[in-house]
Amino acid sequence: MKLYFRYISMLLKCQMEYRTSFLLLSFAQFFVPFLVFVSIYLLFQRFPDIAGWSLYEVAFCYGIIHVCFSISECVGRGFDSFSPLVRKGLLDQFLLRPRSILLQVLGSQFEFTRIGRLIQSLVVLGFAIVHLDIIWNFQAIVTLIFMIVGGIFIFIGIFMLGATLCFWTIEGIELVNILTDGGREISQYPLNIYPEGIRRFFTFIIPFGVVNYIPLLFLVGKLEASSMLVSILYTATPLAGILFIFPCIFIWNLGLRHYSSTGS
Amino acid sequence: MKYRQSYVRSYIAYFFLQIKQGLQYRTAAFAGAITQFCWGFMLLFIFQAFYQSNVQAQPISYTQIVQILWLQQAFLAFFVLWFRDNDIFTMILTGSIAYELCRPIHLYSFWFVKLISARLSSASLRSIPILLVAAFLPAPYSLNFPPTTEHFVYFFLTLFLGLILLVAISMFVYISTFYTYSAVGSMLLFAVFGEFFAGLIIPVPLMPLWLQKIVYALPFRYTCDVPFRIYAGHIGIPEAIVSIYIQLGWILFLVVLGRYFLQKSLQKVVVHGG
Amino acid sequence: MIEVLHLRKQFKVYERKERLRDAFSSFFFPKWKWVHALEDVSFHINPGEIIGYIGPNGAGKSTTLKIMSGILLPTSGTCKVMGMIPWKNRIEYVRQIGVVFGQRSQLWWDVPVLDSFLLLKEIYRIEEKRYKTSLSRLVDILQLQDLLPKPVRQLSLGQRIKCEIAASLLHQPSILFLDEPTIGLDAVAKIAIRKFIQRINDENKVTVILTTHDMHDIEALTNRVILIGKGRTLFDGNVSLLKEKYTTDHSIEEIIAQVYTEYEI
Repeated sequence: MKLYFRYISMLLKCQMEYRTSFLLLSFAQFFVPFLVFVSIYLLFQRFPDIAGWSLYEVAFCYGIIHVCFSISECVGRGFDSFSPLVRKGLLDQFLLRPRSILLQVLGSQFEFTRIGRLIQSLVVLGFAIVHLDIIWNFQAIVTLIFMIVGGIFIFIGIFMLGATLCFWTIEGIELVNILTDGGREISQYPLNIYPEGIRRFFTFIIPFGVVNYIPLLFLVGKLEASSMLVSILYTATPLAGILFIFPCIFIWNLGLRHYSSTGS
Repeated sequence: MKYRQSYVRSYIAYFFLQIKQGLQYRTAAFAGAITQFCWGFMLLFIFQAFYQSNVQAQPISYTQIVQILWLQQAFLAFFVLWFRDNDIFTMILTGSIAYELCRPIHLYSFWFVKLISARLSSASLRSIPILLVAAFLPAPYSLNFPPTTEHFVYFFLTLFLGLILLVAISMFVYISTFYTYSAVGSMLLFAVFGEFFAGLIIPVPLMPLWLQKIVYALPFRYTCDVPFRIYAGHIGIPEAIVSIYIQLGWILFLVVLGRYFLQKSLQKVVVHGG
Repeated sequence: MIEVLHLRKQFKVYERKERLRDAFSSFFFPKWKWVHALEDVSFHINPGEIIGYIGPNGAGKSTTLKIMSGILLPTSGTCKVMGMIPWKNRIEYVRQIGVVFGQRSQLWWDVPVLDSFLLLKEIYRIEEKRYKTSLSRLVDILQLQDLLPKPVRQLSLGQRIKCEIAASLLHQPSILFLDEPTIGLDAVAKIAIRKFIQRINDENKVTVILTTHDMHDIEALTNRVILIGKGRTLFDGNVSLLKEKYTTDHSIEEIIAQVYTEYEI
């Protein structure tokens, strides 16, 4: 763990060397998603309602998923840009070091400029929370934290899957973006606006719905907890997102083994 | 005169070379087409949910939005400003631009041809499958024909001019690299706002009126908003004709300005020694 | 210490088609063929030796090295280094070897060399005392004092290679694999590297396996040469043996060229 932080501080040093580039990129990273939110805001001025949800509820959904995405993008950048990593021969380098490959890949990149996107998502989330009547008791706060943690694990899992694909082929990687960028854009809105198939997919297979839609229903009171136990269950639902990463790690290890037997 | 002819010939040759190169990336194009198709569907559902949940009349109908969305996805490569031509960036950032200056070509036109052909080859591979599949979808998700043949002709013309206009705009991103030395940062910022004002993030008719006024004053919407709305029948023929004149005007203005700035930047490079 | 027996390695290589029609068919029915990188490689290396591993390009040198360092699995055959199988228990094994690939860098590009060393210290879990002794010794012999605070991108090739070799020895491994370490270096740098390798072999008994195209490296450093061609070990013995086989007044390069022709590699 300490090693991971060492890696990160090293990367920060590297990136700080290029200060203007760093600032410009961070700035741009703020506006890319922010303009998307601006468009949602403007759409709500013409369409005050979407499938029973108000602007602030959608903003909450949006804020959560973007917080998860920006943190995952920072942390999981090594997986996101895994293809050039393999091409440069860095994977061989990692195999020669006495540490787990997963740790080294995570430590190979940390995209600090994504902080721009993170700030944007916090702004939107703040905006949403201020306008919603959610009672912020201990349980609600815990639910919120679980939502963010669960979402991060799902995104990193998808990044990992995308990276694992690189072990077999260097083409068609773009398709993984359907799950990361696509998944993010879809989950920005509460899932019930979509047809059944999409809703099911993003609840059970790539479980974004579990980290932002279902807890949202619970927090804004659209889902009543019939008992204390059920209430705790609803709070814990986002943690199911963490489970997503286990099959991803398993497939990753399969990929590593394949790489070792076929070479680069 | 002979010199001029050989110029033109070399550009044409270069153009076809770039297109051929672009066509090599078949798998990437296929993957890209699928990605964009999914994206298109997602947007369709989102807009459908908006339209279905509200009764008030909107300045543009859902069917028309569907047309625009599919055209946006199909011709994405034409109009995204973040299309990275790494060659040009590397050239500027590493100083190997010196080599280009030794060649008997005019740099602005050379890059212009490069950029247009790159976009054309990228879009041609992706657009056809997307358009075909979209045409056969069940209503209301399907891509339909434009209301009249006249509309189609104007669509085609404005699309073509829109591409030229966009490349003229994008030249400024590359030129700005001479000053900021950061390829990605400057392009991303410019691209993000440019795309917003072109109606790629929120359709122009759905913007509030005060924003529409700003958008109409800028050149961005004349790249893709105009042709797509003509196709959808939302813009009538009279307005289409006016738009063509405006497109030509912007193209002229931006090309002249771009050539001037490029000249100045190159002088700066020569002075600094690269 | 190193025992390699009948090592074989085959790769599946997919054919890529140019024409659109063929591209479609190859998408659904991919055509591939076997590439035999290694057919039959066997040798035995004792601790403390310096071995020159030579052969023409594509003979299988890098493949053998990758198998010996544990990053590649052979199709068949055995390989045991210090009693361990390299690809089993990778992390434990890798802790005890040092590898330098001449073309690729293991240091972090934008930060001072010393920072890279400190991070490697963490990765290999080298204790403070051991690290200090190891580092000071390497800095001393290789004259790295002025290079330590500089970022790697500012170093010349020769300076970088010196740092790379130092980096690979920080954790005091007992085996060092060097893949073309002197490529692109000027004469002064080459001699410095050779002297260094000789010294760590004499004083620390580090076993060195060196692949190179520079025959002067071989002459200066190694007493034993293993020649590989088309995936097979063809010659294993002293350099002087090679020289005796052919006219002794030819330069070593000419001798090697003759050897290659004779073995039809």
